[in-house]
Amino acid sequence: MSLSSLEIYKLLPKTNCRQCGFPTCLAFAMQLAKKAVSIDKCPFLSEEAKKTLEESSLPPIRLITIGKEDAKLEIGNETVLFRHEEKFYHPTGIGVILEDDLPDSEIIKIIKKIKGLEFERIGQKLKLDLIAIRNRSSSLDGFLKVIDLVVKETSSFSLVFMSQKIDFLKKALELYSGLKPLIYKATKDNYLELTQLAKSYGIVLVVSAENLDELSLLTKELNKMGFFEIVLEPQADSVSSLLWNLTQIRRLALKRRERSLGYPTLVVLEDTDKDLEILFASTYLIKYAGILLINTSEPEDILGILTLRQNIYTDPQKPLQIEPKLYPVGTANQNSPVLVTTNFSLTYYTVLGEVEASKIPSYILSVDTEGMSVLTAWAAEKFTASSIVTAMEKANLKEKVSHRSLIIPGYVALMSGELEERSGWQVIVGPKEASGIPSFLKNL
Amino acid sequence: MIKEYLENWTGLVNTVKIGATPQEGGTRRKTITVGGEKTLAFLFKEGHLPNKPVIAYEIWDIKPIDWPEELTNYYSDVWSDPLDWAEKVANVYKADLLCVRLMGIHPEINRDIDYELNFIKNLLKRVNLPLIIVGCGDDEKDNTVLPLCSQITKNERCLIGEVTQDNYKILTAAVLADGHNIIAQSPIDINIAKQLNILISDMGLSFDRIVINPTVGALGYGLEYTYSIMERLRLAALNQDKVISSPFICFVGQESWRAKEAKARQDEFYSWGKESRRGPLWEMITAVSLVLAGADILVMRHPKAIEKIKEYIELMFKNNF
Repeated sequence: MSLSSLEIYKLLPKTNCRQCGFPTCLAFAMQLAKKAVSIDKCPFLSEEAKKTLEESSLPPIRLITIGKEDAKLEIGNETVLFRHEEKFYHPTGIGVILEDDLPDSEIIKIIKKIKGLEFERIGQKLKLDLIAIRNRSSSLDGFLKVIDLVVKETSSFSLVFMSQKIDFLKKALELYSGLKPLIYKATKDNYLELTQLAKSYGIVLVVSAENLDELSLLTKELNKMGFFEIVLEPQADSVSSLLWNLTQIRRLALKRRERSLGYPTLVVLEDTDKDLEILFASTYLIKYAGILLINTSEPEDILGILTLRQNIYTDPQKPLQIEPKLYPVGTANQNSPVLVTTNFSLTYYTVLGEVEASKIPSYILSVDTEGMSVLTAWAAEKFTASSIVTAMEKANLKEKVSHRSLIIPGYVALMSGELEERSGWQVIVGPKEASGIPSFLKNL
Repeated sequence: MIKEYLENWTGLVNTVKIGATPQEGGTRRKTITVGGEKTLAFLFKEGHLPNKPVIAYEIWDIKPIDWPEELTNYYSDVWSDPLDWAEKVANVYKADLLCVRLMGIHPEINRDIDYELNFIKNLLKRVNLPLIIVGCGDDEKDNTVLPLCSQITKNERCLIGEVTQDNYKILTAAVLADGHNIIAQSPIDINIAKQLNILISDMGLSFDRIVINPTVGALGYGLEYTYSIMERLRLAALNQDKVISSPFICFVGQESWRAKEAKARQDEFYSWGKESRRGPLWEMITAVSLVLAGADILVMRHPKAIEKIKEYIELMFKNNF
C-alpha cells in the first residue's frame, strides 16, 4: 500500500527550497510517489517523516530467501488474499523432515528417494525445495552426522536445522552457515541468543509462538535487535485454528499493514495418519503457508501436493501456453499422422503424453488459441477452420507430410466440413478425450 | 494486543434441503440440508457455518464403462445389478446421500425408458436415503427421461439435474411441479452461473431450490479454474449477491478418476508411486481443495477417499459445531 503524492507532500517541509532538484515540494512528492527518486534527496526531512516514507515503500509481507545458489528458495512478498485478485507470487516451499535418530542406511535411502522425486507436468519441472534435519536423537553427534550425510548426498535442496538445543544449532552453523539454512526455532524463552546467532551469520530464523499476540511481540523484540529475516510459525491446537491463524496473519499484514506479522509463515505437519497429513498439508498450502514441512517422501504424496501447488500458484490472468507450431513426436516422417490441438499447455501436454504412449511417431499441430482449451477456444472462435488453416500454412505442413489428412479433436467434429472445404485436406474426427488417442492411432 | 481482522459479511448462502421424510410426504429416512454459510470455509470465528459439507456416493444405472481397476475392486461384485450397488453403498459404506447417474439412457446405450423408470421406483423402495438424480448429458434424452423420473419421485424432494443455459425449461418445469431441487450447471463462468439462476427463478423455482454445479477441473487438470470461480461466487454471496448465493455441488469423482495420475498403473509410471494410494489421493486432494473454495456437496467414487474426506470434515468441525 504505497502513499499517494498528496499524502507524501504532507510529510515534506513544504518550503520549496529546490535542493532536491525539483521546483516545488509537490513536484518532488509526485516523483516520490512514482518511486522515481530517493527520499535522501531532501536534506530537511524529519526523522519521523523519513521512517513513515520508508515503511510505506516496504512490501507488506517481507520477501525471505533461504539457501544458496541452485537450492535458493524465495517466499513471502504476497500481495493478495485470493489468487483471482492478482496472483500468488512465491510458491510454498515444501520440505521433508529427516529424523536424526534413524540408522544411516535408512537416512541415505530417504535422501536418495527425495532426490528422485522430480516430476514433469505441463512443461514444468516439479520438485521438493527443502530437507529439514530434526534433532530427535538429543545427541549432537547424531545431528551433525545427518547434516553431513545430506550435504554430501545433495546440494539441490535448501536446508532446515531443527533442534531445541541452541548449542547444537550453534555447532551446526559453525560448520554449515555458508549454506544459509533456515533455523528452527526461536521462542520467547530462547530468542535473545538465537537471534544474535542468526544475525551474526546472516541467516533466517523461524519465530514460533502460541498465539498471534505473542508472535507479534516476539518479532517486535527481534526487530529491536535489528533482525528482520523472519519466518513465522503460528501454533494452534487444531487444524481449523491454524487455518484461522494463517488467514489472520495474511489479512493483518495486507489489510492492516501489521508489520510485526508481515512475514511468510511455516507449518510443520504432524506425523500421524498419512492421508490426513496430505489433506492438512493441502489445506495449509491453499491458505497461505509459505513453507510446509512434511513427514512423507512417498512419490504419490509428493506428486499430489506438488501438483496442487502448481495449480494454486498458476497466474490466473495468464493461462500456461506453449508456442503454437508443429511439433514432431518420436521419429515423425512424411507419412506420420497429424493431430490438431490448441496451444493451451494443459491440452497440449495431455495430447503429447498420449501420443507418446501410443509409440506411433506423429505430428502435433498446436494452433494459436491464446492459451484456451479445445472447447473454450471453439466457443470463443479461436479454434476454427480458418485458424487451423493459418497454422497449417505457417507450419508449412504440406511440405512436411506427403499425405493430406488431419485429425481433429472429437469435441469439434462439427467443424470438419468447413475445415475440409477450406484446407482441401481430408479431416478425420479423433477421440473426444486424449486418453482415447493411443487406441485411435493404432487403429488408424 | 493484536486485534483480529474480521470481515463483516452481510450475505449468506441459501439453504437447500434434500430428501423428504414420511412426515413431509416422502419416504426418505432422513433429510440433508446444505448451505447457510455466513463466512468462508472453516473460518468459524468469523461467522456461522450451520451445515457441514456432505458427500454423495456416485452410482450408475449400468455397469460403468471406463472406471479403473482401483474402483472396480470395490464395486464389481454389485455391477450386475445397480440396485445391489445402491444397497452396498448405503449399507456397507454407510452413505449419507446417493447420486444416481442415468448413463443407460445415453443414445449410445439407449436402455428402455420403462426399464429406467422401474429402476428408480425400485431404488426408492430398496434404499431410503435422500437422492440426487442426474442424466446422461445428452439434452434430448435427458429432457425425455428426467421429467418422468421427477414425476415418479414426486414429493421425495430430490436434487435433479442438470440444466444449462441452453436447456433448462423442460426440467425446471418438472422439478417445480414435483417439489424437487435443481442442479444448474455453468461452464466455469460466473456470468453464465448468474444468468442461469435468473432464468430458473423466472420460471418460479425459488433460489432455495437451486444448487450450482460450477464444473469441476480435477487436481492437475484445471482445478485452479474451478477453485477461483467458486471463491469468487462465494465472496459474491457473502456480499449479498442473492442471485448467486446457491450452494455448490462438485462432481469430484467423475473428474478425478479421468486424470492419468489417478488411473495409471505403477508398472507404466514407476516414479509416480502406488496407484492403490495415488488414485484415492487424487480424488481426496481435489475434494479438499474444493471444500476450501466452498463446496457443499461432493459427489465422489472411492470408498476410502470418501471415508477420509468425511473424517477430515469432522475434524475441521470438531469443537466448532
